[in-house]
Amino acid sequence: MPSQRILSGRGLVFLAVLVAAAVLVPVLSLAVPPASPFHLSAYAVTLVGKYLCYALLALALDLVWGYCGILSLGHGAFFALGGYAMGMYLMRQIGARGTYANPNLPDFMVFLNWHDLPVTWWGFSSFTYAMAMVLLVPGLLALVFGYFAFRSRVTGVYLSIITQALTYALLLAFFRNEMGFGGNNGLTDFKDILGFDIQSAGTRAALFSASCAALALGYVVAAAVTASKFGQVLVAIRDAESRTRFLGYRVETYKAAVFTLSAMMAGVAGALYVPQVGIINPGEFAPANSIEAVIWVAVGGRGTLVGAALGAVLVNWGKTFFTGVFPEYWLFLLGGLFVGVTLFLPQGILGLVDRLTAPRRPEPPAERPVAPDEQVLPAPVAE
Amino acid sequence: MTDPVLTSSLLYLDDVRVSFDGYKALRGLSLVLAPNEMRAIIGPNGAGKTTMMDVITGKTRPDTGTVFFGGSVDLTKRDEAEIANLGIGRKFQKPTVFENHSVDTNVLLALKAPRGAFDTLFGRAARDRRERIDGILRRIRLWDHRARRAGDLSHGQKQWLEIGMLLAQDPKLLLVDEPVAGMTDSETATTAELLREIARDHAVVVVEHDMAFVRDLGVKVTVLHEGAVLAEGPLDQVSADPRVVEVYLGR
Ligand SMILES: Nc1ncnc2c1ncn2[C@@H]1O[C@H](COP(=O)(O)OP(=O)(O)OP(=O)(O)O)[C@@H](O)[C@H]1O
Ligand SMILES: [Mg+2]
Repeated sequence: MPSQRILSGRGLVFLAVLVAAAVLVPVLSLAVPPASPFHLSAYAVTLVGKYLCYALLALALDLVWGYCGILSLGHGAFFALGGYAMGMYLMRQIGARGTYANPNLPDFMVFLNWHDLPVTWWGFSSFTYAMAMVLLVPGLLALVFGYFAFRSRVTGVYLSIITQALTYALLLAFFRNEMGFGGNNGLTDFKDILGFDIQSAGTRAALFSASCAALALGYVVAAAVTASKFGQVLVAIRDAESRTRFLGYRVETYKAAVFTLSAMMAGVAGALYVPQVGIINPGEFAPANSIEAVIWVAVGGRGTLVGAALGAVLVNWGKTFFTGVFPEYWLFLLGGLFVGVTLFLPQGILGLVDRLTAPRRPEPPAERPVAPDEQVLPAPVAE
Repeated sequence: MTDPVLTSSLLYLDDVRVSFDGYKALRGLSLVLAPNEMRAIIGPNGAGKTTMMDVITGKTRPDTGTVFFGGSVDLTKRDEAEIANLGIGRKFQKPTVFENHSVDTNVLLALKAPRGAFDTLFGRAARDRRERIDGILRRIRLWDHRARRAGDLSHGQKQWLEIGMLLAQDPKLLLVDEPVAGMTDSETATTAELLREIARDHAVVVVEHDMAFVRDLGVKVTVLHEGAVLAEGPLDQVSADPRVVEVYLGR
């Protein structure tokens, strides 16, 4: 019946895995001695933590693409903006410990001969303010962009193209030194976060657990949204947009709303990513990043949430492996993977799992049987 | 304006013109529908029947002409969602249901209820929702199929589901574009019965090519040809009209 369960069995398994990882990984990294085969190096912890951030980005993308049919090829922009907001906080934490030992300005500003902190940087010493920006900046951009694009009924491939243009425009803008976000080099040389050394194994483990928590929370929110009537309207829009309009739903409002929510989730993913990789630069806005995210979702299975997260982890794990072994072939492999999945696994890995494990579909009821209590329409008029 | 024809009408179209890249799809179409009236519209392919529905429901803006609903609301100034919420429901020529939703959910989404994003995200469902959905499902003969994916229904069942969604919307005016296309004879007869039943408390405009079906409905008929009204009246009268015979029935 219409009201659906928010968490499926699969969703619960997913959450259980995340909770277990959030607890076990720090233990294996911190409490198990390095000599033990069960020890996890800080490198490994950070690597998987990074995958989890990608998984959250994929989840966000799946919410708009899988459920509402909005193929965003610019979600990397929201991820990067969230990352920059976090990066700005981390820059402010450096204080006077920079090369130029300027207590008021980040190094790159001193280098550019700037004397005052630009307005855009005000408030970023506060963690709370920075975290608000992690949500607000991507959210606001998505809201404004979505409002105009969806109100003008830009759909399909045209929408994909303008999302791609959006991230490309931001890439160019952030490259410029005058923008005040570190230009080409971006933001890096972070020292600590909330007073903890950003390089220490303890902080890395904590960031890992925070990534698990963010992914779990993002999943619960996305699952609740998609299980609600709002979510059913999203699917209706995806499958028959004009039908939905003629039923009286404001399609543009729904699209802008889900696009904004998704952008905020992507922003959180970027914010957790930056302290783990230690740098954010304009390269994160590269159109190719956004396209890769689409591939993760396609590989895992669009419109499944769990599949999107799984796809992100698997593809990136493959990327780490292959770029280590034969770096020059990775892009071909990725392209091949996308073509292969599109042709042979339109529902992605989860779709395949479903097909292999599902009990055979029950036969549809025979020719319109009539229930005993059914009020049958009048018999056809005799011809 | 105090035109009595306008103020007493449910739907009022006067001299509506629409052209697509120079092709004149509607050339001065005028039509008046009384509250609770049922009207059949016939006309050859390309006569502008679907375009007329597009104009009424806000999908297409007319180049010139007046379109009023309920004697006072100018439909040319509203968009699809607003017009739907004013109480105009529409069934497409090609059956359009939400294929990946269950039959149940299709009706639920159509059910008269607040349509805002906030309402559907956080709102509580109305108490009588289940009964209303069940009532509609029985009426359109799909109660036994309520849990099925709408995409798995037969063509005729999809047509009924779409009519059921119209019922769930509870509009003042239903626009039904070719409801029996592709139906078997017995399905067609059942659909005629269903529409007559609906017409008891709703105004309905039905576009149809199937003459037996139109005869079955037994209502006033408007013949469209090249974007304008050619004849209007009981089916027997219009089908005797030599101009109608020439453009449509005689082919
Ligand atoms: N969006 C459009 N762009 C261009 N031409 C259009 C458009 N919509 C309709 N037309 C043209 O306008 C004319 C009227 O079309 P319409 O669909 O209203 O006819 P109809 O009476 O519904 O015909 P049918 O019985 O085939 O459904 C046709 O010649 C059609 O090709
Ligand atoms: Mg038509």
